[in-house]
Amino acid sequence: MSKLVLRRVDRNNEEMLINFGPQHPSTHGVLNFLVETDGEVMRRAIPDIGYLHRSLEKIGEMVGYPGYMPYTDRIDYLAAMFANEGYAIAVEKLIKVEVPKRAQYLRAISCELNRIASHLVSVGTMATDIGAVTPLVYALRERELINDLLEALCGARLTYNYHRIGGVAFDMPAGWQEKVIAYLDRFDSSVQEWDRLITFNEIYKKRLGGVAVVSREQAIDYGLSGPNLRGSGVDWDLRRDAPYGAYPDFQFDIPVGRGWAGKVGDCFDRYYVRVQEMAQSSRIVRQALEKMPEGEITAKVPRKVKPEAGEVQSRIESARGEMAYYLVSDGTERAYRVRARTGSYMAMGIIEDISPGLMVADLVALIASLDVVAPETDR
Amino acid sequence: MTTIEIHQKLQEAFGDAVGPLGEPKVDAFAVVKGDRIVEICAWLKKAPGIEIDFLQDLTAVDWPKRNVIEVVYHLFSFPHRHGIVLKVETDRANPVVHTVEGVWKAANWLEREVYDLFGVTFTGHPDLRRVMLPDDWVGHPLRKDYQEAGGFHGIPNLRENPLVELRRLDLVRIAEHLKANPPPPPPPPAPPPAAAPAAGTPPAPSTPPAAPQA
Amino acid sequence: MSHRDTMDAEMGGDVVFAHTSQLDKIINLARANSLHYLLFGLACCGIELMQFGGPRADADRFGAVFRATPRQADFMIVAGTLTYKMAERLKLLYDQMAEPKYVISMGSCANCGGLFQLAYSVCKGVDKVVPVDVYVPGCPPRPEALTEGLLRLQDLIMRERWKDKRRPPAPRAASGQA
Repeated sequence: MSKLVLRRVDRNNEEMLINFGPQHPSTHGVLNFLVETDGEVMRRAIPDIGYLHRSLEKIGEMVGYPGYMPYTDRIDYLAAMFANEGYAIAVEKLIKVEVPKRAQYLRAISCELNRIASHLVSVGTMATDIGAVTPLVYALRERELINDLLEALCGARLTYNYHRIGGVAFDMPAGWQEKVIAYLDRFDSSVQEWDRLITFNEIYKKRLGGVAVVSREQAIDYGLSGPNLRGSGVDWDLRRDAPYGAYPDFQFDIPVGRGWAGKVGDCFDRYYVRVQEMAQSSRIVRQALEKMPEGEITAKVPRKVKPEAGEVQSRIESARGEMAYYLVSDGTERAYRVRARTGSYMAMGIIEDISPGLMVADLVALIASLDVVAPETDR
Repeated sequence: MTTIEIHQKLQEAFGDAVGPLGEPKVDAFAVVKGDRIVEICAWLKKAPGIEIDFLQDLTAVDWPKRNVIEVVYHLFSFPHRHGIVLKVETDRANPVVHTVEGVWKAANWLEREVYDLFGVTFTGHPDLRRVMLPDDWVGHPLRKDYQEAGGFHGIPNLRENPLVELRRLDLVRIAEHLKANPPPPPPPPAPPPAAAPAAGTPPAPSTPPAAPQA
Repeated sequence: MSHRDTMDAEMGGDVVFAHTSQLDKIINLARANSLHYLLFGLACCGIELMQFGGPRADADRFGAVFRATPRQADFMIVAGTLTYKMAERLKLLYDQMAEPKYVISMGSCANCGGLFQLAYSVCKGVDKVVPVDVYVPGCPPRPEALTEGLLRLQDLIMRERWKDKRRPPAPRAASGQA
């Protein structure tokens, strides 16, 4: 634990080392930043993580392949469907099982609904960090309705454990489709309300425009992915460029940062990319519900999953970036190595190098715009 | 370009520092010599037609049976949309590899994590220290022979089985209930049937009260 | 309600404490209905904690609002998995809270380590570090479950007597860490 340290720089300046975290209002989880500053403008902010390191990679070696699914929820609890899906796709590649079409559509629907929920929390807490407390309550209100829908589908509000190796666990209940369409009709107008209330607000543009610019080359070099990468102007989305599951059947746009409020790659770009992604996700869910095929919801998978020795990597486009699972199997029922590479971990790596010269309040905006959550960084 | 073509170009450039492409047991990889990994990565980043600019993942796998710790590099290229997987085998007793942080900045934190959890030292790394575990943690947990310490800073590791505690509470409650409502003494034994034929109904032995509900 | 009746019967309806018991009721009513909780959301339960303070399962109607600083908090809701690295900070923040203070342990990870029994870096239960008053089970518990936990805490506070100055129970860690 670092103590408060005062250092005299010269006759007029003293520099402090302050702990920013790990307990601060529960928005991004338990993250700690050691901020070296002599006032408002920081010299450096060093991230200090590990307060939520729950040894999920070691547990993967102890429980069997099907039994690891609830643990993948906890790798990123705000986008738990994506974590489930990535792991399921990896194991399916290992045991060479093909997922039926209906299951793929259900996966896409549940994932896109979860993307909306995750982005709602992200933009809501970002607004709170900037200072506008009310939008968080609006976002939570919308999110409660998604929680209800997903609870009707799979039984849980947050850590779903819905996808299984070979498909999904449950089929859509009766009447669920109409509820989803009704919610999406309501949600589309809510996104526009969001735009009117917050996005084009003068204070928001001034607070976020031009702050903490991450250039294109930096974003690729530091390994950013997802909305962070797209906010810096790189037009790359795994759903379109390396498609998996049912995504080739859908039409959707990929929002890319264009410097709406300042420079390309600033906090506002990353934020607005997320808002637009929510609207696109709602498009995808509508298309999926229209085209939903009949069929099985899970393939035939043996009870004891025992793949042959080998390794596999699966990449999916999660709400926070690219989530890649690297599984090494040695032919037994337990995985030899489970590795989840998450988008938030790479985003933490860039904070130390972007932070010099920022003000403390801008550091808050930077962390919020990169959408880091503690379980993804710590696993 | 497919992985096989990239691998061929790599072998042309570096000769026997690059091992053969493994059989595609789902995903193919190539083992390279550890002391040339930085050159190989720098070449891959600049080579026209390959241009791998995205270090997608850098992780490690511990193989105690073969006495190596493999450091795995997943590489990808955005302009050309191809990738390759490279592996470096390091000696398990003293795993050392040169850092590739000069090639891709993403390696900075990824290598810190591998150092933290596996103990692989990356020479030339600007800031190699533990990232996820406390700074005074002993051991590298993701190794296969890691033994958990009994706790950390005085907080013990074990928790007693809750059923043990609940059973103890049950026994306490049963004892209290019996003390509050002592069971009535058992009735005297019934007289032999020949002694009371005029009573009509033989005296039925009363059963003792049922065991108290736990 | 039934708790209070039996408690009064146990005390035998003592006349001497009749006045104190009225004072107790007023003090406890004020304390129980304006509990401010320290936000200690660590993991997934932290999101349900946010929803608990959010629009549907509103905590504010019970008088419970969140405070981010321990100096202004009455009780602490530890929501989520506690790791060894975080345990020292938890103890520090608990010590910084002013008496009388309570702890609600929310979720199975905070109660007993949850599904992370095999983990090397997870503290198997918050009560190894701080004394806990109410355990709310669930993974994660619904906001309504946490509301129930809050109401139980309010019952606990209403049952307190001023003459028995409340001392928090010692933590259950085997090594006796105070």
